[in-house]
Amino acid sequence: MRQSQLLRQKMVYSLLAWTVGIAIFFPILWTVFTSFKTELEAVATEPSFLMFDWTLENYSTVFIESRYFTHFWNSVVISIGSSLLGLLIAIPAAWAMAFVPNKRTKDVLMWMLSTKMLPPVGVLVPIYLLFRDFDLLDTKLGLVIVMTLINLPIMIWMLYTYFREIPSEVLEAARMDGATIGSEIVHVLLPIALPGIASTLLLNIILSWNEAFWTLILTAAKAAPLTAFIASYSSPEGLFYAKLSAASTLAIAPILIIGWFSQKQLVRGLTFGAVK
Amino acid sequence: MATTSSRFLGRIMISPAVALLLVWMLVPLAMTIYFSFQNYNLLMPGMQEFIGWMNYEFFLTDPAFTESFFNTLQLVCGVLFITIIGGTAIAVLLDQAIVGRNIVRILVLAPFFVMPTVSALVWKNMFMNPVNGLFAHMFTALGLEPFDFLSQAPLASIILIVSWQWLPFAALILLTAIQSLDQEQLEAAELDGAGPMARFYYIVVPHLSRAITAVVLIETIFLLSVFAEILVTTNGGPGYASTNITYLIYSQSLLDFDVGAGSAGGIIAVIIANVVAVFLMRMFGKNLEK
Amino acid sequence: MIRRLTTSICSALLLSMPVAAETVTIATVNNGDMVTMKNLSKAFTDANPDISLEWVTLEENILRQRVTTDIATGSGQYDVVTIGTYEVPIWARQGWLEPLNNLGEDYDLDDILPSIRGGLSYQDNLYAVPFYAESSMVIYRTDLMEKAGLAMPEKPTWDFIEQAAKAMTNKDQGVYGICLRGKAGWGENTALITSIANSFGARWFDEQWKPQFNTPEWQKTLEVYTNLMLKYGPPGASSNGFNENLALFQTGKCGIWIDATVAGSFVTNPEESTVADKVGFALAPDAGLGKRANWLWAWNLAIPSSTDSKAAAEKFVSWATSKGYLDLVAQEKGLANVPPGTRASLYANEAYLKAAPFAQMTLDSIKLANPNNPTVKPVPYVGVQFVAIPEFQGLGTAVGQQFSAAVAGNVTPAQALKTAQRLAERTMRKAGYPKN
Repeated sequence: MRQSQLLRQKMVYSLLAWTVGIAIFFPILWTVFTSFKTELEAVATEPSFLMFDWTLENYSTVFIESRYFTHFWNSVVISIGSSLLGLLIAIPAAWAMAFVPNKRTKDVLMWMLSTKMLPPVGVLVPIYLLFRDFDLLDTKLGLVIVMTLINLPIMIWMLYTYFREIPSEVLEAARMDGATIGSEIVHVLLPIALPGIASTLLLNIILSWNEAFWTLILTAAKAAPLTAFIASYSSPEGLFYAKLSAASTLAIAPILIIGWFSQKQLVRGLTFGAVK
Repeated sequence: MATTSSRFLGRIMISPAVALLLVWMLVPLAMTIYFSFQNYNLLMPGMQEFIGWMNYEFFLTDPAFTESFFNTLQLVCGVLFITIIGGTAIAVLLDQAIVGRNIVRILVLAPFFVMPTVSALVWKNMFMNPVNGLFAHMFTALGLEPFDFLSQAPLASIILIVSWQWLPFAALILLTAIQSLDQEQLEAAELDGAGPMARFYYIVVPHLSRAITAVVLIETIFLLSVFAEILVTTNGGPGYASTNITYLIYSQSLLDFDVGAGSAGGIIAVIIANVVAVFLMRMFGKNLEK
Repeated sequence: MIRRLTTSICSALLLSMPVAAETVTIATVNNGDMVTMKNLSKAFTDANPDISLEWVTLEENILRQRVTTDIATGSGQYDVVTIGTYEVPIWARQGWLEPLNNLGEDYDLDDILPSIRGGLSYQDNLYAVPFYAESSMVIYRTDLMEKAGLAMPEKPTWDFIEQAAKAMTNKDQGVYGICLRGKAGWGENTALITSIANSFGARWFDEQWKPQFNTPEWQKTLEVYTNLMLKYGPPGASSNGFNENLALFQTGKCGIWIDATVAGSFVTNPEESTVADKVGFALAPDAGLGKRANWLWAWNLAIPSSTDSKAAAEKFVSWATSKGYLDLVAQEKGLANVPPGTRASLYANEAYLKAAPFAQMTLDSIKLANPNNPTVKPVPYVGVQFVAIPEFQGLGTAVGQQFSAAVAGNVTPAQALKTAQRLAERTMRKAGYPKN
């Protein structure tokens, strides 16, 4: 009796959860389907679901018309490069905030976060002029720097909340054993905090991969990432739903796959001090 | 004991981050403040001159300013409201024993990985387009007049799109928080005869308040500068119906190329952002002390 | 593994790709004709092995921002830029463009249509060459006209357009009598509405640079436009630009579409259009005041003065706008699909006139437009559907937002014009007009 009630409850919840899940995922699914349709089928008055002539035509057009792999590689370098560089700066900062806090730690943290609230368009011209003078326009290095600085506050905060949950006794024990601060961080803190660091890294790769303001403004040809690739498909002449879908699929697929495979790591660290 | 040296060390460790962010903030900010007092149009070089507060005057008296200010508020609050309510519901649902929980979680998580530009393009063209969009087809199939989302309810449509992108984030943080909930406490309450609603309201919600503040803080940071979604879908219109402050500054500095006006707008946006930051800091700080 | 990853990332960061050939970076719009140019550019690099091309293809608005920012700050990221008729004279005056005087001996500059060429010159120097040019015209469905029992005259009036749009509209079958631009932007709805306004005798500014939106001519213009769109237009018109309307027309949802002449080859191309064999063309409408709603626009190739490979860039610019390039496109894509509107010799070619049913109408429409005398009354500015002053991009878009709100039915034409007038007065006050 109780058993069957539980089972029924499970069924109801599962059904509900699946409905919600599919509804949320549907726009992506629909885009992927559309990318395999012909342009005319993509705008057909009675949209077909699965039952259409699957074609790879859009993908081949996209590959012929643009250099997908160059953009892809630029995206990879920029997002991974900036995330690694960011970690290098953020880990010591977060360590300091979490383990030797002072009165102003919270203010500093809030100040850092508030730098993220500056509207990028407001400082566009100054940044552009500086980039020109330092010869950073259209270079991956330039974008790595910008992405690092943009995401640094979030990285520090994530790591800070994560580090704070580590009992400081663990570190003190290591220090008693005569470990230097450097080796304390590398050998004691990092292994414990690895899930948090991994998730910080992943979140930042995602954020930089999807950043579409600076990446478009500060690049031309050589360093242009996938956001620029999408911008060339955003509103071309004539029918474009299918081509747009193919380009969209290509632009989001890599990060979607990485995200799915690493979702456990990502989720584990995504607490922002929310749990405790 | 070791405090003095470790405090000193702490300062050293934090200084690269602080220094970099200071430079990143102050240098452009100083240049922006300087430009905001200049009559500086990128298209008219050599005509640069000091014009006092005129840029500010023009920006603040711009008919678009008040409207875009309230649009910004509506956008931020609307998305926060939807993502927190929806996120909590999803988190509670995913916390149950359900079949294929991991797969459902993957499905729910997916929108978070999608580039804002892509999601705006997809929503605009393939769903909200009143002639060829999927919603229009659905409306027609039901015998209804297709609803023209982006011109009849532009801001609401953008709120919908942005909420779709941020729902997974809220749901995930709230889910982690729910999972850390003390099960024994819940069971004890159940034994005491508390119904599911009462348990949710008196135990789960207070427990989630920290997580909710975290979501509010992070999302606000990003929502204040929502831009790509507006640029792609409505261009801020019709009229100013979907122009937010960020978009307004954009139109001044990249359509007019009026660097002076754009800079003045940028400074005003910075002030607004700081007011919001102080407000959030109060709210978050309180929750953090607990 | 990690070390290898780091090394490769570092090397990718540091290496700045040394290439033997001279690189020319070309910024262009993602319109069909430009994509064709990019796809056919191998012919150019084969003939010039010492030059390699880098392409930046972007949506029009993004491209314009990037290129303008680059040029105005003298950053020199681009060697060839694609710019409109609006930018050329303004930029040339600032000294941002290189004069083009080495286009080659067989270029035949006199073959370029005079009205187009005139807009690209400044103080007797040519600063850009046209890639394709367009005016506006009426594009309509012959089958729907027939069904409605009407015949489109070669020179329709606005009254007739309304009558025809009404007769063709069949909303139950998803056919809308008229499709016009409604998406806000100085190059989108403002361009169309300004050219409509010209035909009703309205103007942006009087001779003293006073904004004129409070005149009855503008009131009439906006009433005619919103009336047509609200009664016979498709839903969501306020977010339709050229491309959206093109898609609507190609899928058979529009009876009449008044837009750029370049659309001619897209709507008659059976590979893209479901109504390819049912399309007719007519001159842009008028209201009997002696001016038609014809605009004039060209996409041009120009060389920023911040370039460091001027000679190579000029070689490319010359190639892409030459007669030889037109032949190449004709060979690869079909004669009807060559970039239109730039060369007189193209319109002297019987085969082209036959292959392209829209050709004669394109030429006639281009000849009708006069940038120096766009409307009925005299104006202090140059430009048919734009005003060639730097402030226009911002103002044109802001005014376009108001028109867009009017076509969405959110405000009345009178309210939209009132706001437009206020916006224009503010802009002009700030910019210090009238200037001497």
